[in-house]
Amino acid sequence: MANQIIFYVLATIIAIFSVLAVTSNKIIRSALYLLFVLLSTAGLYLLLGYPYLFGVQIAVYAGGVMVLFIFAIFLTNKPGDKVDKERPIRRIVAAITAFTGLAFCGHIIYYNVARVFTTVIAEETKIQVIGRTLMGTEKYQYLLPFEVISILLLACIVGSIMIARKR
Amino acid sequence: MGELIANFGTGQVPMVAYLGVSLIMFFSGVYGFLTRKSLLMILVAVELMLNAVDINFVVFNRFLFPGQFEGFFFALFTIAIAACETAVAIAIIINIYRNINSVQVGELDEMKE
Repeated sequence: MANQIIFYVLATIIAIFSVLAVTSNKIIRSALYLLFVLLSTAGLYLLLGYPYLFGVQIAVYAGGVMVLFIFAIFLTNKPGDKVDKERPIRRIVAAITAFTGLAFCGHIIYYNVARVFTTVIAEETKIQVIGRTLMGTEKYQYLLPFEVISILLLACIVGSIMIARKR
Repeated sequence: MGELIANFGTGQVPMVAYLGVSLIMFFSGVYGFLTRKSLLMILVAVELMLNAVDINFVVFNRFLFPGQFEGFFFALFTIAIAACETAVAIAIIINIYRNINSVQVGELDEMKE
């Protein structure tokens, strides 16, 4: 009962603020609404029984990515700037596209996912199991993707410095 | 809707509810991607879409394959890749701002002077 109430509160926050994040006029407010959405998503992960993913979401998304966003906004905008809107006809077309996709995918989800609905008691995943799975080389273990991600991060750091440095 | 109401007393949140939340998040991201003109706002919309996909990975893992970790690790790696992508994208945006003094997509009509 308690986790249902928490879920519906988080779901309401996510729905409202994700719509506000793409319709708000001020760019900094939009970033702030995105931060609320990311934090509520972290709450959903905790509700599903993945506390490690909760920590990663808070640290990487709500911490790192949002700091990058806010710095970029302060570097490229004057305070109080309004965001330019697209022409009305294009906004209507975009809204129709989004609603069509929403209705289509919603129909598919509602009429098919309900068939395979299973009640799962969300038990917490142990951090030892996650560590062994991340560091093993056997089947269903993820050492190779982990190393590839580390090389990708290194390439990304070097690339960002090369792109954004002063000439 | 009937199942949602019938399940309200049992204490478990159905899978459809989680998927509905991520659906709303994804398509508001699509709307933002199509309507915004500032590059940073387009990046915000892309982040929303990536986040919705992460929720889907985790929910499918939890409800359909509760003993395994495929969806969990896909979500983990997606978060890492999204952080990389954001860093590179913001570096490119700052470079663009330095060159043409604006981050609006309408004014980006040449690649190199």
